[in-house]
Amino acid sequence: MPDSPLLELRGVNKSFGPVHVLHDIDLKVYPGQVTALVGDNGAGKSTLVKCIAGIYPVDSGEFFFDGKPVSFSGPRDAAGLGIEIVYQDLALADNLDIVQNLFLGREIRKFGMLDEATMERKARETLASLAVRTVKSVRQSVSSLSGGQRQTVAIAKAVLWNSRVVFLDEPTAALGVAQTRQVLDLVRRLADNGLGVVLISHNMNDVKEVSDHVAALFLGRLAADVETKDVTTGQIVELITSGRSGSMGLSAAATNASM
Amino acid sequence: MSSPDLGQPTPGAPAAQVAPAASPGVALAASDFANDVGARNAREAFGNYIQRLRGGDMGALPAVGGLIVLVIVFASISGGFLSKGNFANLLTQAAPIMLLGMGLVFILLLGEIDLSAGTASGVSAAIMGLALTQGGDLNQALGTPVYVIVLLGMLAAALVAGFYRIWIAVGVIVLGALVMLTSWDQYAIPGIFVAISVGVAIGTLVGTMVAKIGIPSFVVTLALFLGWQGVLLQFLGNGSAIDVRRNDFIFNLENSNFSPAVGWAIWAVSIAAYLGLTFGRSFRRRRAGLTAEPLLVVALRGFTLAAITGVAVYVLNENRGRTVFTKIEGIPKIIPVVLVLLVFFTFILTRTAFGRHLYAVGGNAEAARRAGIDVVRIRVAAFIISGAMTAIAGIALASRLGSIPSDFGGRNTLLFAVAAAVIGGTSLFGGKGKMRDAVIGGLVIAIIPNGLGLIKDIPSSYELMITAGVLLLAASVDALSRKRTSAR
Ligand SMILES: Nc1ncnc2c1ncn2[C@@H]1O[C@H](COP(=O)(O)OP(=O)(O)OP(=O)(O)O)[C@@H](O)[C@H]1O
Ligand SMILES: [Mg+2]
Repeated sequence: MPDSPLLELRGVNKSFGPVHVLHDIDLKVYPGQVTALVGDNGAGKSTLVKCIAGIYPVDSGEFFFDGKPVSFSGPRDAAGLGIEIVYQDLALADNLDIVQNLFLGREIRKFGMLDEATMERKARETLASLAVRTVKSVRQSVSSLSGGQRQTVAIAKAVLWNSRVVFLDEPTAALGVAQTRQVLDLVRRLADNGLGVVLISHNMNDVKEVSDHVAALFLGRLAADVETKDVTTGQIVELITSGRSGSMGLSAAATNASM
Repeated sequence: MSSPDLGQPTPGAPAAQVAPAASPGVALAASDFANDVGARNAREAFGNYIQRLRGGDMGALPAVGGLIVLVIVFASISGGFLSKGNFANLLTQAAPIMLLGMGLVFILLLGEIDLSAGTASGVSAAIMGLALTQGGDLNQALGTPVYVIVLLGMLAAALVAGFYRIWIAVGVIVLGALVMLTSWDQYAIPGIFVAISVGVAIGTLVGTMVAKIGIPSFVVTLALFLGWQGVLLQFLGNGSAIDVRRNDFIFNLENSNFSPAVGWAIWAVSIAAYLGLTFGRSFRRRRAGLTAEPLLVVALRGFTLAAITGVAVYVLNENRGRTVFTKIEGIPKIIPVVLVLLVFFTFILTRTAFGRHLYAVGGNAEAARRAGIDVVRIRVAAFIISGAMTAIAGIALASRLGSIPSDFGGRNTLLFAVAAAVIGGTSLFGGKGKMRDAVIGGLVIAIIPNGLGLIKDIPSSYELMITAGVLLLAASVDALSRKRTSAR
């Protein structure tokens, strides 16, 4: 284990009405490390991210950032701590252009007015750093972009700020081979720069390649949080599909309880 | 930099942080956005424009096209249509529609609708009218119970606006209520302020019902469309219209003109400011290496605008009196009012964070929420601005009519204003629209009753049917262009 975790979750619970989606989740995000958050469809991965984003209020549980207790009651809280999120259902406004989307909610102002020049320059720098080749202009409206390009804009939005933790919810799901490569490289680069990165993915090759830890969710419970090098792809798949693999994972009682 | 009160990390040098020297990304920086400096010459700019049209972004084209067609049609049917007098008439007829439409653009940008804007303008105007005509004694004019209810309503609105930290609205409402308590509102300026404060209060309450309580705006405002008509009847008491002709200031807004010299001065200052701003912007962006419009395009647009408005000012400055004894010349006073508001709200929409957030909420409310924007607050604020414009439109309409009758702002007033915004290019689906849409569209809409009125033996039923047809046509263009842009 490296230094202390940047972000720590303890005993997080979340229900939507009668549906108990997250059960006592404990999760640690370390600086400079990629944590892969895996789990089947509906396991609760996106819900967990949205709880941290302050989009869904949690029922119970504690959050610590840099060891200090924090709470996430609105989207600004996470951003204020330097936590950025790339959502699975991309949070982009179609009617705005790329620059406007990148700075949405955090516009740079000069004399109370929007400082378009600075924003446009920074947007271009960021996109260039992400090796975005296909976007014709940073003033293009987002509605005119392809799925992959939109994904890149969403990621750029997260890395534009000096963030310390970045959550990426299936960032490569809509991407072609080359762009997936770029995103994975970027994920690694972010971690190498000392950020805590949480990558949600269904692709085990990606997980094995890029992550340091694997946290497996099974029906809303954290089945295991292990170092990637200690597990095989087969074991990860087992954790995802049945919540346990050999000595790892949930006890039989717990898996039955959540069935 | 980003607002410090939110304690957010400032955008640092992302490139340096994300991409260490070894990264392949950096090398791409120069070539990546090679064609990102906008159109380099006028031909490219024109090509881009055509591409945008093809993509379904029609801008002001349908409105301008419609304007030209209608002018040709009416000019060929009726000789009086192109007269100097009728041109001035057309502008004064269009002004209230434009003003109401400008407020509605804010609502339409949200993807909402306000069916009550017309009759709400009657309520605001009536309070002003009563104050003006009854020596500023609203207690007497409304009767104590109604007066108290109005004041309590304003108090409630001020509290709600305070809850959303929209302090300007709080200030306007409180100050307006205080002026109501005095007799100063017998004078035009305080009276206008009272009307605006009532409009702001109405907007606050409507906005809260829509944005906070979550009643569909269609339902809230359909109810209020009727409700405000009832309130107006209540205000009028015995049913006679309020006569505002005795107040020179109010009456002159729509019925008197600036002298030709002042007219030219206004024109020269406006054009100089426009050219200065647009050229300055193009130069500055070019120097900063950003996307900038080619100077030729900027120059052409500026020249066209100067020429069209110059001709308009010239025609308006001609004597249009019907007899040798009357001399009527100059720009109607309401026109510069419309222009100032147009510039002001264009600035709000395009140069402020509020404007940006408004577009974002209209385009994708969830994205806006996740970006930390207080969506409810933005929505309420939009209704508040619209409420203020509703009152201003009501004042203009009262000035034109010379009175506030019991059906003030009812009938087709609202339809006209919505049609103006939509014809101008504002989308009914939210997220797309400009302030100028209401002005250009307002002209198109005003031409229809104006032109038909000049044709002999034409039944008034035509006016309603044709206007409805034009609105449906504009809405179809909107819907089709939306389909086109969303078909990726
Ligand atoms: N807003 C909501 N209201 C009610 N139930 C919800 C809501 N959002 C998610 N759920 C439920 O919570 C559970 C977890 O959903 P979530 O989106 O977190 O899954 P996921 O792990 O991200 O799946 P996927 O891999 O498909 O993205 C699902 O059963 C889903 O039906
Ligand atoms: Mg998900």
